[in-house]
Amino acid sequence: MSVLIENLTRQVAGGKVVLDNVSLHVPDGAFVALVGPSGAGKTTLLRAIAGLDPASSGHVEIDGRAMEGLPPRERNVGFVFQNYALFRHLTVARNISFGLDVRPRASRPSRAEIDAKVAELLTLIQLPDLGAAYPQRLSGGQRQRVALARALATGPRLLLLDEPFGALDPMVRRAVRTWLRDLHDQLGLTTILVTHDQEEALDVADRLVVMQDGRIVQDADGETLDATPATPFVMEFLGETLRFPGVVSNGLFVPADTHVAPFSTTAVDGSTEALIRPHEAVLRPDASGGTAKRVGRRGPLERLAVDLDTRTVEIERPVSAPPSGLVVLEIAQARLFQNGKPAVENARLPIDAVTTSSDAIPEPV
Amino acid sequence: MTPSATLSPTREPSTLHAKGRRARDPLPGFRLALGATLLWLGLTVVLPLTALAVRPWQEGASAMLAALNDGRMFAALRVSFQSAVLAAILDLPLGLILAWALVRTRLPGRRMIDALIDLPFAIPTAVTGITLATLYSPQGWLGAPLSRLGISVAYSVTGIVAALMFVGLPFIVRSVEPVLRDLPPELEEAATLLGARPWQIVARVLTPALLPALISGFGLAFARGIGEYGSVIFIAGNQPFRSEIAPLLVVVRLQEFDYAGATSIAFILLVASSACLAAVAMLRRRAARGLVAEGAA
Repeated sequence: MSVLIENLTRQVAGGKVVLDNVSLHVPDGAFVALVGPSGAGKTTLLRAIAGLDPASSGHVEIDGRAMEGLPPRERNVGFVFQNYALFRHLTVARNISFGLDVRPRASRPSRAEIDAKVAELLTLIQLPDLGAAYPQRLSGGQRQRVALARALATGPRLLLLDEPFGALDPMVRRAVRTWLRDLHDQLGLTTILVTHDQEEALDVADRLVVMQDGRIVQDADGETLDATPATPFVMEFLGETLRFPGVVSNGLFVPADTHVAPFSTTAVDGSTEALIRPHEAVLRPDASGGTAKRVGRRGPLERLAVDLDTRTVEIERPVSAPPSGLVVLEIAQARLFQNGKPAVENARLPIDAVTTSSDAIPEPV
Repeated sequence: MTPSATLSPTREPSTLHAKGRRARDPLPGFRLALGATLLWLGLTVVLPLTALAVRPWQEGASAMLAALNDGRMFAALRVSFQSAVLAAILDLPLGLILAWALVRTRLPGRRMIDALIDLPFAIPTAVTGITLATLYSPQGWLGAPLSRLGISVAYSVTGIVAALMFVGLPFIVRSVEPVLRDLPPELEEAATLLGARPWQIVARVLTPALLPALISGFGLAFARGIGEYGSVIFIAGNQPFRSEIAPLLVVVRLQEFDYAGATSIAFILLVASSACLAAVAMLRRRAARGLVAEGAA
């Protein structure tokens, strides 16, 4: 089921705008992650799609059907809450069948059909023997899967997940993530996932929607986000970032720091900031440079602290002979920003990712 | 090393062995606190109850036998218990709805209602009684239209139930409210997203989760209903065998200087109430089974 959101705005009592003119299109079969720091409006957007939080203005469409005035009960979306919200007084099996049990008699499947559906879902979530257990006996990962099975029991084609991995330990997280992705593909679902963990999002989703202060900052796949971040915030949110202030004049970026090499650019003249990942910076021996010393090592990578006189920056590179003598820092791979916007259109793209965000969504098979 | 770390290994064994004292309680002052509490409890609760249990027998068993053969007393007990149970049961849905409205909605005047709920606790029961009697009397604001419909509330068992509902309601609200506040609103949202209608959410999600609290509130309201005196006697009419409550009969006996008879009734009332409250406690424990706190998840 596709989801279309147009100019959605939500203002809460007190005047705070928690969703600011948000527009988003999620095609049928896509797996989209809403990412951003807490308070960015991710959960609010998810709840607005489900109909739990009313919007002040704007338009939501699910599968081509306008959702205005349609109560959550009639939207048939699967929703998994961060705290799972399992019914403690019901067994796992009755939790899963809740959505079928509450149907009016006319449209309710028979007891046997419900039991068969529950058994099928228990197998799907790999807990075939836990139907009679109560939720408090389950581990966090098991509860999470029961909540998912409960959401899937009524056969929704759209699945909304609010920080579903938040309460799980790292080992379980990875396993559940992979399993969830498989499930999505297997059942042909459309999934929208909220997370504050960008690595998790990059791992599981086709497409990331980066949110900040109630607005969508950028909507693209992981590679595009890394190659052409829309703002310095997106760049920093997706991973460790080094910032180099400087000036562009006559097609040359001149850093303010000492021992950092200038490089040529097509950006217009003016105050500019260069942002780069630590592993993209390169060291070049130079007699007038600064010192660099190893400060750590992780696997095949080592971290070097480069002394720029007024400050020290840490870069990463494959382990090699320790630098002898003085060095300067080459940052030609940096993304340039002027006034918080990219200074160069598609400044630096990996060879295989020269696409715009909307074309990059893989079509469902 | 810190001084305490160097001292503790040498000092503790010496205290244990040389003086032969028990290992210290983990809580400082535990014994003192427990002793003071038990003494206080003994003086304020156990001693008066013991006196009450002993008093009827002081002039021989005749007073107790007379009480047990008194049809008026059994009629009064029946009126008291029936009205208390009925009032507490009728208070349950009202209290649940009130608590839900206080916790989950942003009603205008919510704080005002919140303060008003405790009012039956605060006003003297006699004031309640006079107010209700005026309201429900055949000339009163509520009594007049009701009597035209052929329903007489004042001076009947219905009046007793009305009075007991008034004093019992806050117990239900205040028992349910904190539990409901702790109940994640996501439970209700999950249910509605799964297609449940509001009444199904109340019946299938809220009530089972709140059942222990509801039973607690019921027990408190019921206990208050058994013991209630002031608010009832003005509205009940107090006809023996019909609308006379047991606490009133105790007072009647006292006014007849029949102390043994009065304490006999009081003792029977005490035993019956204890049995009822024990049953309520058992019911609550049974309902609470399987509702262990969900913990971090």
